[in-house]
Amino acid sequence: MAINREKRPLSFYFLAAFFALFVLFLYGPMLTIFILSFQGPRGGLTFPMNGFSVHWFGNLFEQQAVGDFGGSFLRSLKLGLIVMVVTVVVSFMAGLAFRRRFYGDSIVFYLAIASLIVPSILISLGIGLLFNIVQIQPNWFTSALGAHLTWTFPFGLLIMFAVFNRFDRSYEEAARDLGASPWQTIQYVVLPMVAPSLIGVAMFSFTLSYDEFARTLMTAGALNTLPLEIYGMTTNVTTPVLYALGTVTTGFSFVVIAVALGTLVILRRRGAK
Amino acid sequence: MAATESKRSSYFMITPMALVFTVFLVVPLLTIIVVSFWDYDEYRILPDFIFENYRYLLGSPVTWKIYLNTFKYAALTWLFTLLIGFTVAYFLAFHIRSLTWQIVLFMVCTIPFWTSNIIRMISWIPFLGRNGLLNQALMGMGLTDAPLEFLLFSDFAVILADVHLYTLFMVVPIFNSMMRIDRALIEAARDAGAGAWNTLRHVVIPLSKPGIAIGSIFVITVVMGDFITVRLMSGGQSASVGLQISNEIGLLQYPAAAASAVVLLLTVLLIVAALLRLVDIRKEL
Repeated sequence: MAINREKRPLSFYFLAAFFALFVLFLYGPMLTIFILSFQGPRGGLTFPMNGFSVHWFGNLFEQQAVGDFGGSFLRSLKLGLIVMVVTVVVSFMAGLAFRRRFYGDSIVFYLAIASLIVPSILISLGIGLLFNIVQIQPNWFTSALGAHLTWTFPFGLLIMFAVFNRFDRSYEEAARDLGASPWQTIQYVVLPMVAPSLIGVAMFSFTLSYDEFARTLMTAGALNTLPLEIYGMTTNVTTPVLYALGTVTTGFSFVVIAVALGTLVILRRRGAK
Repeated sequence: MAATESKRSSYFMITPMALVFTVFLVVPLLTIIVVSFWDYDEYRILPDFIFENYRYLLGSPVTWKIYLNTFKYAALTWLFTLLIGFTVAYFLAFHIRSLTWQIVLFMVCTIPFWTSNIIRMISWIPFLGRNGLLNQALMGMGLTDAPLEFLLFSDFAVILADVHLYTLFMVVPIFNSMMRIDRALIEAARDAGAGAWNTLRHVVIPLSKPGIAIGSIFVITVVMGDFITVRLMSGGQSASVGLQISNEIGLLQYPAAAASAVVLLLTVLLIVAALLRLVDIRKEL
């Protein structure tokens, strides 16, 4: 308590102001396109507002105005969900494996790091070329899925490392001493304890996949995912429908984040009981 | 007996991840290396073993200009993200005293990372454009008579967007390093008579180095390989290595793109190797 009553140094106020500016820098542009997406039907890409309407949101669902928004959204949603499930399961398994040393463990670790730092366009190009040479048609649920997993696995694995480095193994020993099988120990002891982190992995992998552009570029095949569709629009759409799309997708991301955080809070409450 | 069994289960558990990395990372990168020695015409790529792609790439003055430009983006973005990221992390780690507030403010910084990069770039248009907010404000204050043209579609816009997108990559690892600094060290420095500045210089910065190195690796590699920020924010007026590769892909000149990709990969690996001398990543988790 004493520490809280200590007078704030002057530097605190400077840094707090700096932080506030930083937050404004992060959210300000997002806020402007949110407002501008409610432009009137004859409004343009910049201020001033020319009336106020939801015209551009309606426009979003007309094929000829923007291309295939609904289809690409559904595709990205499905892909994100698949990536999410696969990443959670595979990262959890890998995290368990890494608790012991095994032959080749550092190879897998360095592959994960390499996967993070290799420029995304190289992954896209490499997978695209590979599919081209072996003559398999690239598709969002094959080549693009693989490309996205190379991006989400490293995050999943690093999060699992952070979790298991701080994990108290005496709980598992206690379970074993009480006669639990290895599988029961994982199911009833380990899994509930790491569940909050798995939700973190789930949210990470879904949002990373849902927004991924570079790795999808050469791997999506004939049908676009949402980021590819949005990118196409930036070059040929000059109306606020672009902002409406931005508002809708960002809103959707916020919903996903809120659901993940909400689940975390509920889990923590339950754990506290 | 139990040891071999648990070893076997380790192999079983790591197999899916190892398989995906092999099929979608290792083999594709090998493919790029192989194809970089192939030949091509307008319609297809032709298996061969020629050095023409590299000779053309490395012999062209355009390549060197593009690399110089990309290094410029990477260096400036690195500098700004480091300064901003360090300051933000320092504020969160040392000036916010309750854990709850630390988590809340940290989340506030993190949430934009989970939204679309392309949308975040587009969102600068109403701000920077010819009739954008910034120009309206500057003209309103009488600072300029005509709208500034360099705000959007310029190097300035590219670096601004990069800083906007990637400062978080600095904040997170530096904050993580700072949270591990034993607070007793700070007090000891203060008791020994060090002012805020000296404590920062001799205690906080040296102990934050691992975080700074990790953040730098992230920011530099992502900017070195970027093509979409450069294309959108420079309006096609500037080039980067990634953009060159993506243009060659667009023209179906895959072997040329592959050669560019190999050179880019080597460049990035050299930078990372240099930065890794400063930090052992595995210790930082």
